Amino acid sequence: MEHAIKRYWPLFVLPTVLAFIVGFLLPFGMGLYLSFCRFTTVSDATFTGFENYIRAFSDPGSNFLHSMGYTALFALVSTVIINLVGLTLAVCLVRGIRGSNLFRTVFFMPNLIGGIVLGWLWQVILNGALMRYGKTLVTNEWYGFAGLLILMLWQQAGYMMIIYISGLNAIPEELTEAASIDGASGWQTFLRVKLPMLMPSITICTFLTLTGGFKLFDQNLALTNGAPSSRSELLALNIFNTFYGRSGWEGAGQAKAVVFALIVTGIALLQLRLTRTKEVQQ
Amino acid sequence: MAKQKTARKRRFSDHLLTLVFSVISAVYLFPLFVMVMNSFKRKAFISRAPFMLPRDSQMFAGLSNYRQGIERTDFLSSFGWSLVITLLSVGLILLCTSMCAWYISRVSNPATRLIYLAFIFSMVVPFQMVMFTLSKVANLLSLNTPWTIPIVYLGFGAGLAVFLFTGSMRSVPLAVEEAAMIDGCAPPSIFFHVVLPILQPVYVSTGILQAMWIWNDYLLPYLVLDMKRFKTIPIAVQYLKGGYGSVDMGAMMAILTLAILPIVLMYLFCQRYIVSGVMAGAVKG
Repeated sequence: MEHAIKRYWPLFVLPTVLAFIVGFLLPFGMGLYLSFCRFTTVSDATFTGFENYIRAFSDPGSNFLHSMGYTALFALVSTVIINLVGLTLAVCLVRGIRGSNLFRTVFFMPNLIGGIVLGWLWQVILNGALMRYGKTLVTNEWYGFAGLLILMLWQQAGYMMIIYISGLNAIPEELTEAASIDGASGWQTFLRVKLPMLMPSITICTFLTLTGGFKLFDQNLALTNGAPSSRSELLALNIFNTFYGRSGWEGAGQAKAVVFALIVTGIALLQLRLTRTKEVQQ
Repeated sequence: MAKQKTARKRRFSDHLLTLVFSVISAVYLFPLFVMVMNSFKRKAFISRAPFMLPRDSQMFAGLSNYRQGIERTDFLSSFGWSLVITLLSVGLILLCTSMCAWYISRVSNPATRLIYLAFIFSMVVPFQMVMFTLSKVANLLSLNTPWTIPIVYLGFGAGLAVFLFTGSMRSVPLAVEEAAMIDGCAPPSIFFHVVLPILQPVYVSTGILQAMWIWNDYLLPYLVLDMKRFKTIPIAVQYLKGGYGSVDMGAMMAILTLAILPIVLMYLFCQRYIVSGVMAGAVKG
């Protein structure tokens, strides 16, 4: 069988691999190399070692370190809040109260709307609400932070809810029944029985929200575009603006992108290891 | 007696929960309501009184926001390009990556293992890492039109799609394929007549997942497409902002409404498939 299929690799594998080389491998390799070069286009690159990395970190105008801290804080806070809300919604709706299906439909829907559209929509709503107090989303970076948090909560809580609901439904009923026969209260059953069984869902959800928070771009661009003066710039937008907002800074932008990719990959690997240890336990 | 009491208590708390959730749902839908309402208001009143209904003719703008927004962004052609790019890309991705995934999962050698690892790796790497070089490469190879950009999407989206397909191919019984082979089927016809029909649900969920990504994607088409000739919907929305100066919020609200409407309609009609697609994507963690 294997032998017969083998001959057909130009038909089965080649198209995808060629596109993969053009769309990922080649740009990735070039990007890695260019992060060590001075360049404005791809063809005029000259090797300069770590100069770009030093420029990326040391230039106060490029705001990289502030952006890194701001992004990490945003990713952490949004992960906690989105998952708490998503889990709460799931626990309430899995009981099968009247209207559950309708509520699920409503909560999940914002997840389908694109980031740019979401950003502009919430800009109007939040600025309208803040107007009463003489503030706007760009009064300082923390208004933008809170605004982005509300936006992401609206977009993602329903998505996490769906994952948690399927996790809760997968818990065998004998377990919760046994717990209640043993005299466990509802709250005890939740903490001691359901929550441990829910660990795989929690891992998936925290992974999705954490990496999503780090990679966030569209919503940030449309909601505040980094204002005031780049203070509400998340990493992805900071890199974009370094590339396309300041000429002569392409190298530093590429160096930042490599650092960014390392951070995101590191989180993903860490998460993968955590998932593996969980799988062993079960 | 005591049991009856707790049952009644429980029923009461369930009703209370329904009530609470009705309120939360209303709050949840409020932003969309504000958006639609404001799309019919004159622009001066949108930022000044965003939560006020357009109650008199001074505030009510009729369809003028829609007319302006559609004209200024050339919305109809953006819609068309978004549709072309999404449909072509999803079709190409489904066809090519499922074939690739079948090969990878049936032929086991160092080369296929390496390719698989590279695909997995590409799922983690953020787009900013490749955006500059990718836009240059795409430009060089004239992949900057709606008809050719699906190749870029195939390359960048291959990781997730191959991952989802190989994951499900393990559950396809080998015996069926072997039987087809003994009957004299060549591998291509085994794939198209045996494997593809079995995996239909995976095609649907992977297709939905990719379609949602590509339809809403902003940065990749913004950097790759020839902006003077082609815009997608997210680009058109962002384009309304223009250079400096203030945004025409009336036109913006109208365009946002038009951008969200097809998504909501799609969702209401194919909710089951969409949720299953999104769930399939979630498991990749």
